[in-house]
This record gives sequence, structure tokens and C-alpha cells, in this order.
Amino acid sequence: MSVTWYLLVSALVFCIGAGGILVRRSPLVILLCLELMLNAANLALVAFARAHGNQDGQVFAVIVMVVAACEVAVGLGLIVAIYRRKLPVDVDELRELQG
Amino acid sequence: MIDTYAWLILAFPLAGAITIGLTWRALPWRVHGLIGTAAIAAAFASSVLALLELQALPHDERQVLVVGWDYAKSVGVDAQMSLLLDPLSIFMCLVVTGVSTLIHLYSTAYMASDRGYTRFFAYLNFFVFSMLLLVLAGNFLLLIVGWAFVGAASYLLISFWYRRETATRAGIKAFVINVVGDVGLVLGTYFIFKHVGTLDFLKTFERVDEAFTTNQADLVAGCILILVGAFAKSAQVPFHTWLPDAMEGPTPVSALIHAATMVTAGVYLIARMHPLFEHAPIAADVGAIVGVVTLLVAATIAMVVTDLKRVIAYSTMSQIGYMIMGVSSAAYAAGLFHLLTHAFFKALLFMAAGSVIAAMAGMQNLDKMGGFRKAMPFTYGCMVVGGLALAGVPPFSGLFSKDEIITLQFERGGYHAVLGVLAYVGSFLTAVYTFRMIFRAFHNEPVPEAAELEEGHLAHHETPSNPATGEEEDSEVGFPGPDHHIAEREAPMKIAMGVLAVGAIGLGVLQIPHVTSVIHTFLEPAFAESELYEELEPTASAEWIGLLVGALIGIAGVALAYRLWVQDREAPARIRAKLAGLHRFLSAKWYFDEGIDTVIVRPFAWFGRFGRNTFERLIVNGLIMGGTSAAVRGGSAAVRAIQSGFLRAYAALLVLGLAGLVLYFLIAAR
Repeated sequence: MSVTWYLLVSALVFCIGAGGILVRRSPLVILLCLELMLNAANLALVAFARAHGNQDGQVFAVIVMVVAACEVAVGLGLIVAIYRRKLPVDVDELRELQG
Repeated sequence: MIDTYAWLILAFPLAGAITIGLTWRALPWRVHGLIGTAAIAAAFASSVLALLELQALPHDERQVLVVGWDYAKSVGVDAQMSLLLDPLSIFMCLVVTGVSTLIHLYSTAYMASDRGYTRFFAYLNFFVFSMLLLVLAGNFLLLIVGWAFVGAASYLLISFWYRRETATRAGIKAFVINVVGDVGLVLGTYFIFKHVGTLDFLKTFERVDEAFTTNQADLVAGCILILVGAFAKSAQVPFHTWLPDAMEGPTPVSALIHAATMVTAGVYLIARMHPLFEHAPIAADVGAIVGVVTLLVAATIAMVVTDLKRVIAYSTMSQIGYMIMGVSSAAYAAGLFHLLTHAFFKALLFMAAGSVIAAMAGMQNLDKMGGFRKAMPFTYGCMVVGGLALAGVPPFSGLFSKDEIITLQFERGGYHAVLGVLAYVGSFLTAVYTFRMIFRAFHNEPVPEAAELEEGHLAHHETPSNPATGEEEDSEVGFPGPDHHIAEREAPMKIAMGVLAVGAIGLGVLQIPHVTSVIHTFLEPAFAESELYEELEPTASAEWIGLLVGALIGIAGVALAYRLWVQDREAPARIRAKLAGLHRFLSAKWYFDEGIDTVIVRPFAWFGRFGRNTFERLIVNGLIMGGTSAAVRGGSAAVRAIQSGFLRAYAALLVLGLAGLVLYFLIAAR
């Protein structure tokens, strides 16, 4: 089975993730969409590793998972903080940080 | 040994200046005058010892380069702390230190009541140090340093009475014109250095032959720029306007700097650079012609000036015109001989004038003077001796030196003969204006000040005032002191003037044509490579005829002055009425000040205003500063606008950017 189909799925998942980030306003969903994008990349990495017959891609995938875990920890922490301070849970409303 | 003496000549005045400067509070003021005088006397003694050492050397080894240390030795530049001891520099050292010693001695009495006494001697010693550095310098670099130092010293001393506005203005004027000369000298040095590749005088003169062809453009340019330096320092047309104004300084300063020594630096410079000028006859011709023009311009102005010191100042310009003409036309020994005699009689005239001014309680106007002959016999005697030497009446020294220059002009032939004739015209004018000054100040009925002085009361004004403007002054520091000192009452002044008077009478014996030629023989080693030096040897009859003509012209001038200002005293007014236009022209000093103002000062001032108001405001502030800051401000506003804080917009940008990148690679991969 060629690697193309895996990549196709990966690209599809990536686009869904990116589209989600662009259209959704809830920080929680945006984090989820980010996870989708990261995992799309993981899928591509693992697919390439299989196609080339070495383990480098898999190593990368594991590292990406670690990074994703960290990112989620920070992101969820932020969301909890937002919730506690009774701020709107909406990224369009949270825009004080501007030039 | 000669090395040590060379350094000592420089060290004494410098040590004097520093000692006086540092101990101004610690020692009583009288001591500072003594330190100053003693330092210069010691320098004179060192010069004499150096002279003896030099004369002991064989004839063709009398050019000793004393190298202290290498100042900077890098690619192609050989800057050394080197002094050149040869007959020329020793000659100048003797003149400078000798006359300076006497003038210091005179000043100890003359400046006694001035509140700036200590400062005066510190400046004066500094000046002598600078002048000696100038004449002893063994390379262009030190020459320029000394050249600039004497300019600075001159500025300090002209503006000595620094609360007098006329004095500070005169100082600034002198300094600015001198700096123009400095720039000329530096640029001229560059032109020479470019071709010979060394700053050392002796090496430069050795290489002139190979480096330049006769009248090569660069050499002529270099020599003319050096002449600009010489003209500015020696007050030659058109750089002369500072010298009459420099008379704002104390009278000993006028005697020392603006008559005997500094203003003759230009003459020394041309004589020192003679191998260059002999290879660039065009530049030498410029020097000779400017010398003649100056001597005539200055002599004509001196005919109408009514300020006692300014008459002598114009006469100084005129006499330096003779010297410049002399050294520019290869009459080196004659020019330098005139420098020597002039230093004596002109310093003497200034000292006598200072005595008269003191008797007038600071007034300098000839119109208000008269009849001082009985009240001040000693001053009168000195003034007449100086005047006769200046006018060229035998057997006083001025005749021998001045007429040797003129005789050599005829010997050179060609257009130099015309210069010689013009110089005789100048001689006649010299005799007339000198004795106009003396007769007006000393003869006829005594003015009140003179009559009082005959009874033993020295004039004393209750409220001192500026003689030029009449502004009221006090007598604190920054203005002249309260008391005045005349030669008749002060032994140091009398001694100084006495010695100078003896020199003014007797120095002619050094160089009587075909009898003695001390100066010519002595200076010969310094001009060894000059072909013209030996060639220009007029016959005895030519020299004696020259002397006779000069003497007759001098006597005729004195006689005319006697007729006009003693016998027929209505005549000057009649002549002035008849020649009103000429009188106005001469009183305005040939409109040189106005001309320079129109041609140089005003365009520059206009350019400065344009720079400040237009260029600075529009181009610099508006375009360069304003334009840059507007660009930065606009750019940052655009970048700031992107930072909207709108998270999804950032994401969109990111995605678009990524998409664009991917698209680019896809297309590029094809």
C-alpha cells in the first residue's frame, strides 16, 4: 500500500484542524484543533518512517507527542485561569494584547 | 655640546613661562618680572655659546641637525623632534633673544602698575619660546607648531587688556588672519612633502633638484601657499590689516612681537625655504612684488595716520616689505641684515613711543601731542636715533641694510630695477612720515601735558579711558594700570632703550660695502647651495652710489618733513585741502578693510546665515532628520496595526503564509 493514502488522511486531518482554529472561538476547541494538526503531522511522520524503513520518523512522532502534552498542559492551565477570573471564554473577546 | 645649547635655548623661556604661571600666587609680583627677564637673558647666553660652538666647526659643517627623538615614524613620514642649528637659525635666535631681553627689562618698569603684571610675563616668555621653536625647527612639522604657537601668543598679548572690547576684537582679527596663513603653510608643506617624501629641511633641500623641475606647477603652488603663510604672519598685502589693530596691545608687546620678532617670521621662512624658491622663480617674483606693493601701501598710509603707535606699525609693515622683497629676490644676507637693524631701531621707536604715551596718560593721538622735546630729552634722543635709522640717514644702521637690499635689486636687473626705483620712493616716504611723527610729537609749543612734565608733574587722568573710543575704564585687571612710567624716571627702561639706541646707531658697521661683510660671511654656510648668494655681488662703486642715493633721499625726506611740520606749519593743511580725495583714500587705509569685508567677510557671513536658516532648517532638520523619523514612524505604525490582538487573524496569517510557502515550493519543484 502506497504512502499516498496515509499522507492524504494526514493532510485532511491537518486542514480540519487549521479550519477549526480559524472558525471556532472557544479556546478549548482551538486547543483540540491544535492537537488535530499535531497528530496529522505525526501521522505523516510515521507514514514516512514506514515507507523509508527506518525509525527516525517514529522518534520524531514521540517527541511531538511530548511537546503536545506540554502544550496542552499550558493551554488548559490558561483556560482554567481565564475561567476562574470570570473572563469571557472566547478568543475574539480576549484581545487586550495588541500594538 | 652644541646639542645641549640648542635645547637650552628652548628650555629657558619655556621654564620661565611655566615657573611664572605656576607661582603667580606664591611669589611677589616683582619677582616674576625678574624671572621672565632672567630666563630670556639665559636663552640669549645659550645662543651666544651655541654661536661660538658653531663658528668653531669647519666652514662646510655648519649645519647641525640636533635630533631629540623620533616623534612619529611610520609609512613615509619622518616626524622628529629635531632642531636645525645653522648660521641662519642662530642669527634669528640671537636677534630674538637679544631684543627680547631688552624688552623684558623695559617691561619690568613699564608694566609695573598693571594688575596683570605676572600674566604679562608668563605670556611674553611663552611667546619667546614659541618664536625660538619656530626658528630652530629642523623640520616642517615643528616649524608649523612654532608658527601656530606664536600666533596664539600674539593673540593672547594683543587681547592682554581683555576687558577692552577694541583689544579683544583686534586679537580675534589677528588670530583669524594668522590662521589663514597657518592653513597656507600646512597646505604648502603638503605640496612639497608629496614630492620629496620627507619633512626634514636638509633632506628636502637636497632632494629639490631631483624632485622638481624649475617652475613645476606643484612646487610653485607649494611656494605660493608658503608665501601666504609668510604674508599673513608678516602683515603683507592683502593680509596686513591685523597689524595696525594689533597696536591695541601693551606697547612692549608692539615692540617685541609686532615689530622686532614675530612679524619677521615670514622673512625668516622665505630665507629658510630659499632652495625651493630658487627652483620656483615665479613664486619668488610674487614675493618680491608683494613686498614692494606693501612697502608703498604702508608708507602712504603712514603719511596720514594720526595714532602714534599706528604710524610705527605701518612703518613696520613697510620695512618688512623691504625684507620680503630682499629675501624673495635672493638678497638674503641684505634682507636678514635689515631684519637685525630693524629689530633694534623699531623696538627703540616703540619704546620711545610707549614713553610718550605714558607721558600723555595713555593718549596715542598725534594731534594732541607736541613739544615734548624739553620735557623728555632722553625719549626724544632715542626717538630721533630710531627715526634717523629708519629714515636711512648716514651713518645710522638702517641706511646700510636697506640700501643693500635696493642695490641688489639693481644688480639683479630686469624688472627688479623697477622694484628698486619703487623702493627708493618708499624710502623717501619713510623719511617723511617718520619725521612727521617725531616733529609733531616733540617739536613746536608744548601741550599741557608736556608743560606740566617740564615742571615735574606726570600727567594723570582721574578716570582712565580707552584712547580709541573714549569709553570709561577702571584700572583693575583687564585694563591698563593706574600709574604710567616714562623712560626719564625708570632706570630699566633707560637701560633697555640705551642699548637699543647704541645698536641702532652702530650696527651698520657689520656690513659696510666692501669694508666689512660680517653678516654675509657668517650666513654663507646656510646658503651654501644657493647659486645667487655669491653671484649677486655688486661692484664697490655701485654699492657706494646706492648708499649715496639712499642717504640723499633720506636727508631730503627729513628736510621736507622739517619744512612742513616745523617751519611752515600751515602747509600740511593746505596740501590736505588740495588733495582731499587722496587724503580720504589714505585715511581709509586704501579701503582694504572694507574690501576684505565685502569680498570675504560678508559672503561668508551670508553663507553662514544661509547654512543656519535655510540649509540647517530645511535640509538637515526637515529632510534628513524629519524624513528619517517620519519613515520610521510610518513603518512602525504599519507593523503595529498587524498586532490587533485578534487571535484568529494571527492564525489566518500563519495558515496563509504556510499555504503560500507550500505553493511556492510546489511550483518551484516543477
